Amino acid sequence: METLLSILAAAVRSGTPILYATLGEILTEKAGVMNLGLEGIMLMGALSGFAASLSTGSPWLGLAAAFGVGACLGLIHAFLSVTLGSNQVVCGLAMTMFGGGASALAGRGYIGMTTPGIGAWEIPLVSKLPIAGRMLFSQDVMVYASYVLAVFLMFFLSRTRPGMNLRAAGDNPKAADAMGLPVARIRYLYTIIGAGLVALGGAYMSLVYNKFWAEGMTAGRGWIAVAMVIFAIWNPLRAMLGAYLFGGVEAFQLRLQAAGASVPAPLLMMLPYLMTILVLLFISVGKGRKLSLSAPSALGIPFYREERE
Amino acid sequence: MKRLIVTLFLLLSLLAAGACAAPVPVAEINPGYVYIGPVGDGGWTYMQDEGRRAVDAAFPGLKSTIVESVGEGPESVPVMERLVRQNKSKLIFAGSFGYMDYVEEVAKKYPDTIFMHVSGYKRADNVGTMFGRMYQPRYLSGLVAGKMTASGNIGYVAAHPIPEVIRMINAFTLGVREVNPKATVKVIWLFSWFDPGKEKEAAKALIDSGCDVLAMHADTGAVAQAAEEAKTYVIGYNNDMSQYAPTMHLTAPVWNWEKLFSPIVKQVADGTWKSEAIWWGMKEGAVDLAPFGPAVPEDVRALVDAQKADIISGKQAVFTGPIKDQSGAVKVKQGEAMSDDDIWSMGWFVEGVIGEIPN
Repeated sequence: METLLSILAAAVRSGTPILYATLGEILTEKAGVMNLGLEGIMLMGALSGFAASLSTGSPWLGLAAAFGVGACLGLIHAFLSVTLGSNQVVCGLAMTMFGGGASALAGRGYIGMTTPGIGAWEIPLVSKLPIAGRMLFSQDVMVYASYVLAVFLMFFLSRTRPGMNLRAAGDNPKAADAMGLPVARIRYLYTIIGAGLVALGGAYMSLVYNKFWAEGMTAGRGWIAVAMVIFAIWNPLRAMLGAYLFGGVEAFQLRLQAAGASVPAPLLMMLPYLMTILVLLFISVGKGRKLSLSAPSALGIPFYREERE
Repeated sequence: MKRLIVTLFLLLSLLAAGACAAPVPVAEINPGYVYIGPVGDGGWTYMQDEGRRAVDAAFPGLKSTIVESVGEGPESVPVMERLVRQNKSKLIFAGSFGYMDYVEEVAKKYPDTIFMHVSGYKRADNVGTMFGRMYQPRYLSGLVAGKMTASGNIGYVAAHPIPEVIRMINAFTLGVREVNPKATVKVIWLFSWFDPGKEKEAAKALIDSGCDVLAMHADTGAVAQAAEEAKTYVIGYNNDMSQYAPTMHLTAPVWNWEKLFSPIVKQVADGTWKSEAIWWGMKEGAVDLAPFGPAVPEDVRALVDAQKADIISGKQAVFTGPIKDQSGAVKVKQGEAMSDDDIWSMGWFVEGVIGEIPN
């Protein structure tokens, strides 16, 4: 029981950076822009969050700085993909390389330093609940914020006017434009906010999960988030499930090893990717195709007002 | 008479030049360093670069060049060729095991450049190999762990199941069991050299399973930080990791690459370099133990220092029998010492290790 609880708590903890990045990317993709630069943006977020928290002494300012830097990178991506209409896959890959390289260069001076970061804070009362108390409510503030964020995004996308406008821009920009929506402005806005959230995922790595900076410290989590968006079929709540599942598989195999069991670790680590492929298959054929309706249909396609038919 | 002496001297120096390499002025050596990782990894490559800086400072006029994050594949060939051709490097340090075959290939093409390959075993007229006997301080750190554990459960976060990592786990465990015959060392494999998130989670898993001392073989300070947060003792690796665990850091087996690089630069400058297999230990200062943390009591320090002195003087070797494997079968008989070749290629765990070596 104790082991199970510690696995569940670890699943949430290690799923959280992936969750932030996934939620950010869902927001951006729902508006019709694909940003594959998550890994680079996360690294920039990790570094800027760490650096700002070190120089100001406040991890909260660190988080704000990370969001700001992420938003700037989002702005660059939006300019390239919305205004210039360039290939979004290429832009995203360039962003990954830029973020990785720039953070490495600027991070030289921060190697070997540590910061107090953000510690755990149990929510009174609910943290005493069986199972859920330990798993969900004995974490840190960033984890709690991610619950609120996921639920809010779900509500925002499906039940609010701006959320529907966002989806219109991603599904059918032509129709959205005819309705009088500023498609370009919407895409700009959510690419910027989305990238800010992705950067928060990176800052979680350098301020909460680990409390130091190391070059390339996100170790591929940005790419996992890209896969997670598809796994979640662009649904913020399913993104939670996916991120915790991924964190859970890792926590599970490490704890199996600690229990002295022999583990086919590489096989287990493959599991989340395998599931993503299965989901892709499922929504491409047969009954599952209905689900693919939640994929933004104009994803990655630039929209030019001047070229309306 | 004077002419005879001069002639003899000239002849002798010619002979010497034939046997070794010709002396190279320091300003013309231009050593090139090929690194596996970024200098910013804070571990393996970081420590190699610290060594390079120290060497540069010790030899005025020496101009070194580094190339970071060079993959262990054919992509390393043009990197080394560029160092020889554009930088006029007369000496190249290839910093990781996987460069072995590519060093061999490039060295054949450029016989006037000396190549030193870290941790490999293929040598040629202009290729030497070098490594440090890290298992010596590993063993000493095991003594500390064995003394400091209360529960007898020690955890070990390990990167990849390769002979080098296995050798370290074995040396560490021998040290633990030397002072605490009932203690065990539990191993978790990461299957990754570098993933601070996973390293930390592995440390937490070990702490949750009842380990009260952690050791590690990975590239970041994540394990040390997890240990400090959980108030569990920790032994670092690569460099002194006490900044990540100010109160719980016990010690760390550390690299001192300057002691490996520096004599070689000197040999090349003097023209005395020859191809050999360098495997230096604590005696030469290539590896060492980081200063003890505040938690280590006086008697443990004295015990470790005494054994350290014996290792340095050669009175004691780490892998001396009796050594049993995990099944209890005797692998090295009482009084026998393992040969360097056997130590080098170790593919089994000693008694006291919990965990298995995946195929």
